[in-house]
Amino acid sequence: MSYSTHRRGKRAIALATAAFALGATLVGCSSDAGGRGNADDIEAALQEESTITVWAWAPAVEKIAEAFEEKYPKITVNVENVGTGNDQYTKLQNAIKAGSGAPDVAQIEYYALPQFVLSESLVDLNQYGFGDLEDKFTASTWNSMSMDGKLYGLPQDSGPMAMFYRKDVFDKYGIEIPETWDDYIAAGKTIHEADPNSYITSDTGDAGFTTSMIWQAGGHPYSVDGTNVGINFQDEGSKKWADTWNELVENDLLAPTGSWTDEWFRGLSDGTIATLIIGAWMPGNLEGQAPEGAGDWRVAPMPQYEAGDTATAENGGSGDAVLEQSDNKAVAAAFVKFMNAEEDGTSISIDMGGFPSTTADLQSDEFLNYESDYFGGQQINKVLSEAADNVVEGWQYAPFQVYANSIYADTVGQSYANHSDLNEGLKAWQKAQEKYGAEQGFTITD
Amino acid sequence: MSASTVQATAASTRPTQGRPRFARSTTSRGRKSIWLTIIMCVMLVYSLLPLFWLIVNSSKTQESLFSSFGLWFSGDFALFDNIAQVLTYHDGEFVRWLGNTVLYVVVGAGGATFLATLAGYGLAKFDFPGRKGVFAVILGAVAVPGTALAVPTFLMFSEMGLTNTGWSIIIPSLISPFGLYLVWTYASEAIPTEILEAARVDGAGEMRTFFTISMRLLAPGFITVLLFTMVATWNNYFLPLIMLSESTWYPLTVGLNQWNAQASTAGGEAIYNLVITGSLLTIVPIVIAFLFMQRYWQSGLTTGSVK
Repeated sequence: MSYSTHRRGKRAIALATAAFALGATLVGCSSDAGGRGNADDIEAALQEESTITVWAWAPAVEKIAEAFEEKYPKITVNVENVGTGNDQYTKLQNAIKAGSGAPDVAQIEYYALPQFVLSESLVDLNQYGFGDLEDKFTASTWNSMSMDGKLYGLPQDSGPMAMFYRKDVFDKYGIEIPETWDDYIAAGKTIHEADPNSYITSDTGDAGFTTSMIWQAGGHPYSVDGTNVGINFQDEGSKKWADTWNELVENDLLAPTGSWTDEWFRGLSDGTIATLIIGAWMPGNLEGQAPEGAGDWRVAPMPQYEAGDTATAENGGSGDAVLEQSDNKAVAAAFVKFMNAEEDGTSISIDMGGFPSTTADLQSDEFLNYESDYFGGQQINKVLSEAADNVVEGWQYAPFQVYANSIYADTVGQSYANHSDLNEGLKAWQKAQEKYGAEQGFTITD
Repeated sequence: MSASTVQATAASTRPTQGRPRFARSTTSRGRKSIWLTIIMCVMLVYSLLPLFWLIVNSSKTQESLFSSFGLWFSGDFALFDNIAQVLTYHDGEFVRWLGNTVLYVVVGAGGATFLATLAGYGLAKFDFPGRKGVFAVILGAVAVPGTALAVPTFLMFSEMGLTNTGWSIIIPSLISPFGLYLVWTYASEAIPTEILEAARVDGAGEMRTFFTISMRLLAPGFITVLLFTMVATWNNYFLPLIMLSESTWYPLTVGLNQWNAQASTAGGEAIYNLVITGSLLTIVPIVIAFLFMQRYWQSGLTTGSVK
């Protein structure tokens, strides 16, 4: 959901805390807070007066909490926004280390989840029978929340990638919707040659984007098995992406505009940034922050390496987990289910701009036939929903991805800055991650 | 180093204030340097440009923020509208954060200044065994950045059950080694030991001497430290970020960041105009405090440095 990790200039701080956080991760096995629960516990717990605290930044959560309280009047839900993404993980990790102060439920992005799983700070929701909910969710989001047969939360939203593009710019330069990355690069050259201030897209180096792009290319840079972690950013998929994207990086075809800055939104408003390869949650942000682009934007499937393919990847997105520290796990689990797997909850989330991870919502006629005025009446959800079906399977993140992303700018970011070979940056990134992983007590395999 | 060179340096680094006393001492030294003037102008623009940007952009609506030129006003002047929205957005949480910040500054910075004055004075004017040791510890403490201590402090406070309360911000703010050091050097210069001896001979207790005589002599140093701790507490970001998980206790810094982050969330309402206007409102009190106290601050600093 949020795309939040890298754009703030607090790398040093993030580094210090992330280092601290993981140091705690491997040694601190949490004690089991008295017995396992089951599905019956939930019904009983909901009939007693109690309070749960939820840490989440998605604006819909507050509304969902109100609906939950209405349905179960004895329960009070306190929703706290303690920071988006990284800020919240730092807090969460601190609370876990301190042994108290963590919420009952926390929103965690998919890429950050393994870190909390590894420190055994999340509750396995299979005990409440939530394993049966698998059919309700898309395969990619469900797999992001389950590891080694355990279920560490329910998916809240998803971000299957698609290409958002400016129809007016494409029309102006006579560009067809690019089907392959080669077409895309050619379009980039056409646009930039015609107007030196215009670019096919903006990318100044972003860890979340890079990993998603490698994901689409079929790469598996991380292979994780417990505390054995293999890192290879020179596998076929990673190289395929880097070699392709090099064409844009080395030839100066990317707008030098950082994401989520006011300049960026300005570029999206006036068309000097002609496309975005990004998660399906983007439409709401475009409408809100690039209002002048209304009518000019459209959505198309992500370009492919081979014409005719349909591969895509997840970009952003998060789920909700129950913390081991919680002394009200049954109610916390009930809330997670209400929010993500029951219509009362998911409908609120979708109304407020979240892109669903539930197949029923993704396939509902109302959702698919929705015509977006901002997108010139296009039925955008048809494209986005299809993208959700085409996410490449088998992707894994590192169990220290939050830290890894925090050092991305020092390695791959340098390739971007110098307009030089991304493969070199990826190798340096891999090396730094291997070093860190080994220091944290992981076994780094080849 | 003589007092006059210090004043000359002070004058050349802050030409904007143009106090005649300083101006005379520089001109007496020779011609005006064109290069120096140019460099100063560049520095001036460098310092004032962000402020100018802030003022210009807080007058814009969310829409015109992205569609108009960044360094000049757009058609509509929405400053007052923005201010009204800032104060009422989300049940007026900005006002709540402002109140929190004021509380942390008054209790935290005020307390820190008082403690630093008390301790600095004691160290400067009383001879006792271990003084050198205390001096070494304080000098060392000046060198440790607060950020490095934030996480250990969090764990300690968590043990004591103080996290997520106002105390978790106020207590760490009460300690200002730098302030203590400043008062110490200032007190050694500004308070003649003879006066204290005279007071003792006349039968005044130490406390009475401190509050009626020493405090008055220490006023410029006191104000200087107050200003420093005020700015530090007003701008405190990392400590509250770590300590607090309920927005009801947030200071303005953390709250504004939360507003800012909200735009990059799916379904989040972009309120950059409120973030910018809120930032402007946030710096107003600190600018006023600076303008109001700067003459104390200046004399306090220079007196400290001639030791």
